[in-house]
Amino acid sequence: MAEAVIQTEKLTRKFGSFTAVDEISFSVASGEIFGFLGANGAGKTTAMKMLTGLLAPTSGEATVAGFDVYRETESIRRNIGYMSQRFSLYDDLTPRENIRFFGGIYGLGSSELREKGERLLDSLDLQESADTRLAALPLGWKQKLAFSVALLHEPKLIFLDEPTGGVDPVTRRRFWDMIYDATDRGVTVFVTTHYMDEAEYCDRVSIMVDGRIAALDTPAMLKKQFAAETMNEVFIQLARPAKRGEG
Amino acid sequence: MKERIDKVRKSLTVVAHLLRKEFLQIFRNKGMLPIMFVMPFIQLIILANAATFDVPEVPFHLQDFDRTALSDRLVKRFTSTGYFKMTGESFRQGNAIGVLTGNRADMVLTIPKDFEQEMMTTGHAQVQLLIDAEDGFTAGVIQGYANDIVTAFNRDLPELLPQLAGTQIVQPVIDIQSRGWYNPELVYIDYMVPGVLVVLVTLIGLFLSGMNVVREKEIGTIDQINVTPIRRWQFITGKLLPFWIIALGELTVGLIIARAIFHVPMLGHYYVIYLVAAIYLLVVLGMGLLISTVTESQQQAMFIAWFFIVIFVLLSGLFTPIQSMPHWAQNLTLANPVRHFVDIMRRVMLKGSNLGDIAKPFGILGLEAVVMLALAVNRYRKTSE
Ligand SMILES: Nc1ncnc2c1ncn2[C@@H]1O[C@H](COP(=O)(O)OP(=O)(O)OP(=O)(O)O)[C@@H](O)[C@H]1O
Ligand SMILES: [Mg+2]
Repeated sequence: MAEAVIQTEKLTRKFGSFTAVDEISFSVASGEIFGFLGANGAGKTTAMKMLTGLLAPTSGEATVAGFDVYRETESIRRNIGYMSQRFSLYDDLTPRENIRFFGGIYGLGSSELREKGERLLDSLDLQESADTRLAALPLGWKQKLAFSVALLHEPKLIFLDEPTGGVDPVTRRRFWDMIYDATDRGVTVFVTTHYMDEAEYCDRVSIMVDGRIAALDTPAMLKKQFAAETMNEVFIQLARPAKRGEG
Repeated sequence: MKERIDKVRKSLTVVAHLLRKEFLQIFRNKGMLPIMFVMPFIQLIILANAATFDVPEVPFHLQDFDRTALSDRLVKRFTSTGYFKMTGESFRQGNAIGVLTGNRADMVLTIPKDFEQEMMTTGHAQVQLLIDAEDGFTAGVIQGYANDIVTAFNRDLPELLPQLAGTQIVQPVIDIQSRGWYNPELVYIDYMVPGVLVVLVTLIGLFLSGMNVVREKEIGTIDQINVTPIRRWQFITGKLLPFWIIALGELTVGLIIARAIFHVPMLGHYYVIYLVAAIYLLVVLGMGLLISTVTESQQQAMFIAWFFIVIFVLLSGLFTPIQSMPHWAQNLTLANPVRHFVDIMRRVMLKGSNLGDIAKPFGILGLEAVVMLALAVNRYRKTSE
């Protein structure tokens, strides 16, 4: 196995007396697409926020891109991309302005910004809408743009928190094509999702139930282990005893 | 060396990107624009014009110890304008306060013995106005009326007393029960406008900065910023500078209106005002940012900002002279940045105070700016606890 880009050991986060993330331990290898599954409220976003330096862990250990999540959050920030669960670009700015802003605060120079921005708009087929406010664009386009913007500074590792929520299967499929393109360039992908078909696209999947990791393996192995036809069946078997969530 | 300069330039470029984005958003926000550019001036005009709301027929009490032709002329001036109505007369010294506190009149006009004599020999005499300042607003209007009358009387003196050489004047000494007024010759509007300007700048600064960061929290974009390597000082500079610039712009427009429409004098220097405003705004904006970092919604932020504005304005001496507040409230005002800026504005504009004269309140503002910014920077965390 290649070197670990993310390594956690009993990583825990409590909110008061409530344990949102409960002693999770796993590692993610370089170049991997790591799927982070779980029902609503399982603790996926909380775990991801600890790994991206947005939330301080309560206990446990973790390193991201070789840096410690307690002491070296600034170094982590320089080395990762992040697309938050809530929409992460500015709706009142245009695609071009969003690209310029986020690229700019990552320290990209103006010529680099212009060049990359144009290339990005071309590849997303967004040139025509480049100066329209984002609010007027379809969600699928906004998600693809957000993903590309999160990769502008060329991080080796990207965190995607439900990047395809709320769009149709075709649009989701296209989004995953972009994810594959990124992994071809050597980017490691850590992605949460609710869609079980997407779980099949991952190299390995962890399934979180009530703040703990209930299973972790390749989709094929998981299906075998749970004697299931699809990831959906695996998920249902694991998530049935869950206490949290909408159920 | 070159490397270091390069680094600094890169750092500042990040701030520039933030500034650009903020300005784009501010000017696209349909709800914010009117708050910023229309409301303040409507407020200014309404608040300042409150002075022209007539206070009908002010009941006044007369103490004419002189009882000469000249004193009689002066009294007639008061009674013939329609602004004042004489409700009583007495000739006993020391009766005046009783009349005011007994609510039998709102003003006592006292003309001392030898008023005419004094005028003839020295060309100079005094009358005393005692105004009930319980209601600071009405008192201001009364003072304004009385001043107009005395000023007009002064102008006409050479005609009234042709035996006097041209340059003689009556120097009115207007003694108000609450001695909150710096400038006895002042009309109410001159006195109000500098204070209202301070309130405007404060409203703009506190609301805009208070709503800003919390808005990003609400939308969720703050996470996207916090996950970048942006530094705290860059973020805070990028967030505060736009509103600092806008607020100074508003102040400028306000000063122009004060001058052009209200004819408020400007006896001091503009640079003093801008220097103080620059520091004062750091207090206000730092406070707004602090509110923004401790709240979770724009509504909460707005509520807290209002709370502070109301307290600050009530304790600023803008409407109620500080001297007429209870003792504990007077002490509280010492910590109130609005009070100090109102004080400075009035002193600079109406008295021509220079930097040295206002060193103390300015020093307090400077101290508050440092504390407020330190708190705001400290409370803003890229990693939440
Ligand atoms: N700041 C917070 N304070 C208190 N409780 C919180 C906080 N953030 C999250 N939680 C709780 O922690 C649990 C895990 O939340 P989290 O957002 O990590 O779930 P999730 O797996 O991302 O769910 P979803 O699929 O809905 O996004 C939830 O029960 C949530 O209510
Ligand atoms: Mg989530």
